[in-house]
Amino acid sequence: MMAEPTATTDIWVSGTEAPEVSEWMVAGTDEGAQEMERDETVERSVEQRGSRVVDDWVVDDTVDDDERMIVNMGPQHPSTHGVLRLNIELEGEIVRRVKPIIGYLHTGMEKTAETLTFLQGGTNVTRMDYLAPLHNELCYSLATEKLLGVEIPPRAQAIRILMTELNRVSSHLVATATNGMDIGALSMMMYGFRERELILAFFEKTTGLRMNHNYIRPGGVAADLPDGWEEDVAEILERIPLAMRDYEDLLKENPIWLGRTRGVGIITVDECLAYGVTGPTLRAAGVPWDLRKSQPYSGIEAYEFDVVTGSRGDVYDRYRVRIGEMHQSLRIIEQVVDTMPRGDYKTADRKVSPPPRQRIDESMEALIHHFKIYTEGFKVPAGETYVAIEAPRGELGCYLVSDGSGAPLRMHTRAPSFSNLQALPIMMADSLVADTVACIASLDPVMGDVDR
Amino acid sequence: MSGDSSPGPPAAADEVLASLSEAVPSAEAGHSVGDHVIRVPAEDLARLAGAARDHGFEMCSDITVVDYLGKRRVRFEVVVNLLSVRHNRRLRILVPVPEGDPEVPSLVPVYPGANFLEREAYDMFGIRFAGHPDLTRILMPDDWMGHPLRRDFEVGAVPVQFKASPRVT
Amino acid sequence: MAQLTSPPQILTTTLGKAMRWSQQQSMWPATFGLACCAIEMMATGTAHNDLARFGMEVFRASPRQADLMVVAGRVSQKMAPVLRQVYDQMADPKWVISMGACASTGGMFNNYALVQGVDQIVPVDVYVPGCPPGPQSLMHGILTLQDKVVSGELAR
Repeated sequence: MMAEPTATTDIWVSGTEAPEVSEWMVAGTDEGAQEMERDETVERSVEQRGSRVVDDWVVDDTVDDDERMIVNMGPQHPSTHGVLRLNIELEGEIVRRVKPIIGYLHTGMEKTAETLTFLQGGTNVTRMDYLAPLHNELCYSLATEKLLGVEIPPRAQAIRILMTELNRVSSHLVATATNGMDIGALSMMMYGFRERELILAFFEKTTGLRMNHNYIRPGGVAADLPDGWEEDVAEILERIPLAMRDYEDLLKENPIWLGRTRGVGIITVDECLAYGVTGPTLRAAGVPWDLRKSQPYSGIEAYEFDVVTGSRGDVYDRYRVRIGEMHQSLRIIEQVVDTMPRGDYKTADRKVSPPPRQRIDESMEALIHHFKIYTEGFKVPAGETYVAIEAPRGELGCYLVSDGSGAPLRMHTRAPSFSNLQALPIMMADSLVADTVACIASLDPVMGDVDR
Repeated sequence: MSGDSSPGPPAAADEVLASLSEAVPSAEAGHSVGDHVIRVPAEDLARLAGAARDHGFEMCSDITVVDYLGKRRVRFEVVVNLLSVRHNRRLRILVPVPEGDPEVPSLVPVYPGANFLEREAYDMFGIRFAGHPDLTRILMPDDWMGHPLRRDFEVGAVPVQFKASPRVT
Repeated sequence: MAQLTSPPQILTTTLGKAMRWSQQQSMWPATFGLACCAIEMMATGTAHNDLARFGMEVFRASPRQADLMVVAGRVSQKMAPVLRQVYDQMADPKWVISMGACASTGGMFNNYALVQGVDQIVPVDVYVPGCPPGPQSLMHGILTLQDKVVSGELAR
């Protein structure tokens, strides 16, 4: 199933021909005077490849103590993407040791989940990874439905795929935008958020909110797509590829961008697997591992798309993988629009979803039924399950335990950012201090997801 | 609590389960709502994880704990989710842990990625992972008392004040 | 440039008015993004909503250069001391906007981990409701604060 990652290929999309090997572009001008000793750093990064030891640094006695210092970065820092705190031990300009300190956004959501019914749980999980709220809802709903054993109608499944893939695009837009801003490409910030508004407007029209939607619920989705959704999505499909050309013009071959991202923050396949790193970071290292392909959910196997992979596992490859994934997501959305089935947007199983509105006017029982579902919630059979989906940051899992009552006994989220963040010391060890923000931004951690 | 009536996963994966059970005789393989699970006593967890790693489960995707206070005789259950990228397969290890001595061996020597996950489990449930290099609180402040996700730890909700403040009598 | 032949161009005002006007016109927010609301705060500052129209897009990374703290998101018990420290580092006069339900009251997370309302730690001048508040709400919040400052209600 899995192709062996090759070290020679550049970014490629599975199913296409592998491109020619391109030389590493060395940043700098022809004058030579402005080169900032890149070569040494590149050598260091190469040395770092393959090492699985985080703290392999032996204190060098020849280095003066004045050269060594511990710098605290965060938790209030503009480029730590929220409230991440890093303790960085520096030797001159070189980062020797890094310790991420997290928990500054711990919200106790797993505790709150135990006090909410299964139907209310969506409001809670959607606030975890706030850049990909619909993925959280989908994962939680799938876990609940697995315990319930209900069938989801095809239209609801198609709507779920449509919404989550749009969400993936908007999330990657923010990731690329903030990555650009952290390294100094401020225009990228403006571009990314400009296009994101387009998707958010559609979300607001469909779900009622720009973020934290609670739209995907156990049993289906909360409401059908609004009238004229085809035109809205068509506009998104038309304008975002055009805008992405701007990003490519701005960054793809920009020597400053290449200099700041090529060979920076390298992580190898072995390290990724050992530390539980998934998502674009793993794919940029060269493993075509995408849960949408390998363990498909919500009928995503019906749509054609490719898994985008990189080869070097550096910041630049992660950026390229995200850009490629946006194209693939738009491809999926295009197919969903073309093949959107008709029918119900939530399951007809009366155990889970309330009776239709007009039945409530006619029947007392239907009214009581409706009331009970929204006050007491539905009972979920006892059992425990783990469901994982491919969120924009990697494998998002939901471990759900029910004791047969209306509220979960335990709801645990396997947060992709949490595991990915563990790999930060490996990426940053023996790199330049200026590359710190590039590494953090390329991991794209969402602290709400890390701390929950 | 496993749904034994549900259909099991494909047979090819069962061979791996059988092989693992052979390597660690105390392990008991089964199914839960269509997933593979293996129950193992705490003392054999590290050995089973090592064997699983040799069988191609190269990633430890998740470690968490469930508190079955008042529901089961053994209060805690440590849940380890393993993933094999090579074989596209998942495996869940369930380890019952008694309340009196909540200690299991650490998986960090086998899976370095278990580091943060075990620290979270320690922080939230007070399960000690023997042999962990840095078993400290990760999410809560260092001086926090108690383990918040235990069932007997209060949610900590404060009453919501909708109108005038309650009269002090 | 005034022409010598034109009548003298003189504007009389009180010192207080001039001070309040200048305070109102140069509100520099400190970036204190915590959670979901921070994303909306960023969206407010960028191209589509363009906070620059109101002269307060200069988000400062250092609290020493800022006079408005937008607490955007849920404040955990672990973060509370940090938040207070950042507030103390800001130079007077300073104002605080509590953005969103979580910062204002704890929102839907009434539990052990969160400070139930940031007004327990720092004095809040304007509360912006919503979960998260849209960019328009945040802009309205900042404009309300400006009105309060210029009217003298919150002059410092």
